[in-house]
Amino acid sequence: MAKPAAETNLARAFKDAGFWALVASGLFLPLIGFRTLQDIRNELTLETRWPLFFAFVAIVAAARLLHNLVIAPWREQRRSVAARTATEVPHWSTRFTGILAPCAIGFVLVYPAIAVWAAGTGGAVKWIDNFGIQILIYVMLGFGLNIVVGLAGLLDLGYVAFYAVGAYSYALLAQNFGLSFFMLLPLAGILAALWGLMLGFPVLRLRGDYLAIVTLAFGEIIRLVLINWVPVTNGYAGITGIPRPTFFGIPFNVSDEGFAATFGLTFSPIHRLIFLYYIILGLALLTSFVTVRLRRLPVGRAWEALREDEIACRSLGINTTNTKLTAFAIGAGFGGFAGSFFAARQGFISPESFTFMESATILSIVVLGGMGSQIGVAVAAVVMIGGTEALRELDVLKQVFGSDFDPTQYRMLLFGFAMVLIMVVRPRGLISTRQASVHLAERKKISGALVREGHG
Amino acid sequence: MTALLQVEHLTMRFGGLVAVNDLSFTANRGDITALIGPNGAGKTTVFNCITGFYKPSEGRIALAHGTPAMWDELEALTRRDARSISRPDGALFLLERMPDYLVAQRAKVARTFQNIRLFSGMSVLENLLVAQHNPLMAASGYTALGIFGIGNYGGAERAAIAKARHWLDLTGLLDRADDPAGDLPYGAQRRLEIARAMCTDPVLLCLDEPAAGLNPRESAELNELILRIRTDHDVSVLLIEHDMSVVMKISDHVVVLDYGVKIADDAPAAVRDDPKVIAAYLGVEDREVGKVEAEVGL
Repeated sequence: MAKPAAETNLARAFKDAGFWALVASGLFLPLIGFRTLQDIRNELTLETRWPLFFAFVAIVAAARLLHNLVIAPWREQRRSVAARTATEVPHWSTRFTGILAPCAIGFVLVYPAIAVWAAGTGGAVKWIDNFGIQILIYVMLGFGLNIVVGLAGLLDLGYVAFYAVGAYSYALLAQNFGLSFFMLLPLAGILAALWGLMLGFPVLRLRGDYLAIVTLAFGEIIRLVLINWVPVTNGYAGITGIPRPTFFGIPFNVSDEGFAATFGLTFSPIHRLIFLYYIILGLALLTSFVTVRLRRLPVGRAWEALREDEIACRSLGINTTNTKLTAFAIGAGFGGFAGSFFAARQGFISPESFTFMESATILSIVVLGGMGSQIGVAVAAVVMIGGTEALRELDVLKQVFGSDFDPTQYRMLLFGFAMVLIMVVRPRGLISTRQASVHLAERKKISGALVREGHG
Repeated sequence: MTALLQVEHLTMRFGGLVAVNDLSFTANRGDITALIGPNGAGKTTVFNCITGFYKPSEGRIALAHGTPAMWDELEALTRRDARSISRPDGALFLLERMPDYLVAQRAKVARTFQNIRLFSGMSVLENLLVAQHNPLMAASGYTALGIFGIGNYGGAERAAIAKARHWLDLTGLLDRADDPAGDLPYGAQRRLEIARAMCTDPVLLCLDEPAAGLNPRESAELNELILRIRTDHDVSVLLIEHDMSVVMKISDHVVVLDYGVKIADDAPAAVRDDPKVIAAYLGVEDREVGKVEAEVGL
């Protein structure tokens, strides 16, 4: 009996793979099979790329076959084993979360030293700037948005607006009033929080999809104001020459008063980068620390209760409007911190940096990480931002696909692919369990299946 | 007998539909007052009006804390266009003028819901701490002090946990304290919702069908719990219930609604024999009640 069954399974697997190949060919024929070129006489010519097209179809068919013959039976078997052994096997993520956080913090603290040691002073610039600082900015933004979306359950699609407010606050105040970075950092955060309150007041009576749409619009309004208010923001051209942060008054330059001269070092741009790295690391850790503390305070519990059931909250005497506003304002404040750091690091900002794409990236970091989870958000930021940066580095692929292959062109494809994969495997994000903020006898994990996502 | 809650000429209209029509009743302090009636009679609407979730179309809902002398202020308060008066020896509230969260926070009216509304992704203990949000919020200096660890937030939280533990003990949920609320069996969820409402230190507890879906043993336990709450904690109870074994056994006073109109308002025994009530439940004309009663063996 077993043999015919296996054969029909095999046949079914091939039939299924064939079907997928058919769908893939339908999809890829216009996308990859044809390409339009403009020749010297400005005429459009159609070029066919059959080898590439068939390669893609073959990849899809092979992957589907692999899934049908290997992965699906393996998962089936694992599920039946898990069902037979009554004791629940803890998911891999739950075993690591306990030690992951201290290890990760230890690693990021020594990361610049590792980078310099491994890549040399010149080579480390890329690793500290593109990977370290860039990722940490998004970690911080993710932490900030996590308060709004993950804890309070308010879907905010315009978070980048607060990032922009922070960046422009720093840029304008530093240029026009000559205030220092460390003075403007809290000020930029407060200004962004004020904008959060201003948006929150009219908007927070809306719920769910409607809230998302209005916040999305708010993000666009801020960007359009930045573009069109030319006398103040200099429009599309942006603001250049934003003062760089100094080491407590000592600038990072080649002059005799510069950082290198003061400490008797040879000048290197990496000093400033390492300094910036530790500033953003400190800010990200501060955000995380504040979030952890807030979760244990009544306001944090009220946020989570709000995400679970707003009507029940009101029946318990919780002023839901104020609670939502605090979440919005605190989240926005952290966005403002990150924005002012961003402006200080770049030295140049323009509305280009604050498009909807940024909001979407930050939101996907929060969703992929697992709403409400700090470690999850940090890991998701490393994967998403680090991953896209790493694609630039994949020169190996050029040897495989030829020298005119540019891996960064496939960034969005891989990005989408990874997103679909994570949503299939872990629909509630990388870390989906919730840790209770207080316990009587034993700290237990709460499965993501019970935790609601909030609806405004 | 002093009144705690006084509902006068309460009318609630949804467009053309009159859900509650000119309803007046009084709930006395220390009493268990039951609100019964067939499906769609408007009981939950009355609850929603009392707890501030609906703004009544007409009528006055007043609640007094402290001395009975507060009731003398009622007309003055109504004229003054204010929400409440408070004096050292008591306070008077006009609930129809207050938003829902203030009804719970100031007037100390707690409620449960017909379809249980727990914070299912939070632990049982967290549910009870969320209920103590307002005192804890004050103890944490409205977050501003608590975030820096200034002040005695730790002590306040320990006291809140002690109170939660007391209620978990009373409702028999102590061993499930750290489990997610959504994991509890149905009957336990009902009890947890009552415990959560009690953690807000109410003077009036409004229970919307607390025995729905409970088996006879669980509903007997529920009776005991409600009676204990009333006697040990000086809380008055307003109860919507279909389970007559609960209503008749524990309530001191029953108000019967049918199509939004009050048809009876009396002691349980008197209400049980009221032909109008029987007619409302069985759905027959007044003159046919005798016949129907004979048929069903009453």
